[in-house]
Amino acid sequence: MTNYEPNELGYWGEFGGRYVPETLVAPLDELIEAYFTYRDDPGFRTEFDGLLKDFVGRPSPLYYAERLSEKLGGARIYLKREDLNHTGAHKINNCVGQILLARRMGKARIIAETGAGQHGVATATVCAHFGLECVVYMGTEDMGRQELNVFRMRLLGADVRGVDSGSRTLKDAINEALRDWVTNVETTYYLLGSALGPHPYPLMVRDFQSIIGRETRKQIIEKEGRLPDMLIACVGGGSNAIGLFYEFLKERRVKMIGVEAGGIGSGLGEHAARFMTGTNVGVLQGTKSYLLQDEYGQIAMTHSVSAGLDYASIGPEHAYLHDRRRVEYTNVSDEEALSAFQILSETEGIIPALESAHAIAQVLKTAPQMAKDSIIVVNLSGRGDKDVNTVADELKNRTQ
Amino acid sequence: MSSIGETFIQLKHEGRKGFIPFVSAGDPDLQASKEIVLALAANGADIIELGVPFTDPMADGPTIQASSQRALGNGVRIPDVLQLVRDVRKTTDVPIVLFSYLNPLYRFGIERLAAEAADAGVDGILITDAVNEAAYVASQILGRHGLDLISLIAPTTSDERLFRIAANASGFIYAVSRAGVTGAQKETGAAARQLVERARNYTDLPIAVGFGISTREQIADVWQYADAAVVGSAIVAEIERSISGGNTVERVTGFVQGLLPPVAKETSQI
Repeated sequence: MTNYEPNELGYWGEFGGRYVPETLVAPLDELIEAYFTYRDDPGFRTEFDGLLKDFVGRPSPLYYAERLSEKLGGARIYLKREDLNHTGAHKINNCVGQILLARRMGKARIIAETGAGQHGVATATVCAHFGLECVVYMGTEDMGRQELNVFRMRLLGADVRGVDSGSRTLKDAINEALRDWVTNVETTYYLLGSALGPHPYPLMVRDFQSIIGRETRKQIIEKEGRLPDMLIACVGGGSNAIGLFYEFLKERRVKMIGVEAGGIGSGLGEHAARFMTGTNVGVLQGTKSYLLQDEYGQIAMTHSVSAGLDYASIGPEHAYLHDRRRVEYTNVSDEEALSAFQILSETEGIIPALESAHAIAQVLKTAPQMAKDSIIVVNLSGRGDKDVNTVADELKNRTQ
Repeated sequence: MSSIGETFIQLKHEGRKGFIPFVSAGDPDLQASKEIVLALAANGADIIELGVPFTDPMADGPTIQASSQRALGNGVRIPDVLQLVRDVRKTTDVPIVLFSYLNPLYRFGIERLAAEAADAGVDGILITDAVNEAAYVASQILGRHGLDLISLIAPTTSDERLFRIAANASGFIYAVSRAGVTGAQKETGAAARQLVERARNYTDLPIAVGFGISTREQIADVWQYADAAVVGSAIVAEIERSISGGNTVERVTGFVQGLLPPVAKETSQI
């Protein structure tokens, strides 16, 4: 039986680990200890499950997309409706878990990074719920394209700090959050939002998000009496994808596709598809994984119409699943994602986040090739309200 | 014994403490950078730390980030850094330590880097984000090529870790003065002194203190309890100021001359 757990140093195969400045080793040790103390603690589980139910609104529905399925003429398509969670995306699952941990660790100040703003909003939300100080770092490029979320975070009482270095996106927000953490280690909890970064974050975020897959298993068995044939999810850092996939990794008949951002082309800087070109392993922001980089190990600029997928590296567990060929990774372009955004809105009355629209775009390609009695579950990781302005601009540019 | 080790023995012999300036290789450009290194060597530097530019320097404050960015903008990559070392080696024997993040070295190949760096005249390498097993692997490879892996310790480092880090260290130990990123500060707190005192329980290697040291008074203070003081951002800030006008090398030289306490020699000769 293949083991999908990392070793005690946080490695899945050669990926993962802990590559940080010395100052952060002690707080990471402290975090590992706290996490392993509480992950199976009944009191912790009860509080976590209770908040997921009453504050987040779980379980999220597994919805049969009948019109979309008929339109595509192949597999039966189910949407795991993470978009219906409180704050509008899967991000809140992880935030609830980590904030409970932060409280048990006695940390009163919470910092986070955000790309599309969904993790920032979810962090600001749990901080408001518990009355904790919250600082969110966000690239100024992302602040421009996700203005609504910036306003939401400020309404929730968070201090949103623009990051003007590098590509001014998620990667740079993480750098700045790490700098804050290294400076304020005693008082501060870094609530990282994806299955990224140094050990134990990729493991911990995966565990908190794995509720998505556990619910899916139960729901699909209720509805169809069997497991799905195919799971599809978009992959930025990879937390919504691993959250769905993890429960099914040992089910050999369940195929999985992770969808990266294909952007506007295959040149370096035109996309955020880390698996697009061969082996490209490196170390960024505390973890060893696949990376978009130049021949001298400088991190490349990335592009995606979707801020949440616009990141140069990918969670280490995905790198491992890629090399083991357990999950197939592919990418769809900005254009395809925008088109999927419209199609889902029109056929199902559901406006997806641009990130999730990448997964839908892959469904549009995959479903017609599958038999009519086969089943796809796609993770609808977030809702698209935040993206309406971006999409309006993009569509205007296309018609001009 | 490495030339870094010999330098500290020499310092001890002379009753002096060490001065270790940091600059980013290739900032403001490669030629000026070369001249700056030579000027530092001629004006009291006992060891020079040469930053390898990286796009995502998460342990650095804004001053060194900007400097790294300027060097990258000039197209400076590892081969250029190594060439710079070869060039200054024609004139000076001052020990040179490369200060880098792991990814550019990893991409270049640690084995290949160790061989080429040793050949170019590099004496040691400090890898900011390599700890534990990654540091151990790097130290083994560098050691085979006669290079020191300079290890970092921080106020948050436990005694158990100090013991393990010391066991794997060579050249000197770099004590980070405070929790935080690089960047000039007016005062060096008590944390640095306590850290150095703790570390002395586990190592006989020389200990340098860095992060936030920018004035003559701070250097004199660090010299009271440590073996050397590292000054980075304050010098890099002088380079940055010179870009809008003025002679960079003269400016850096003037600044460094003002930094170095003749005091040190006098006090230590007592």
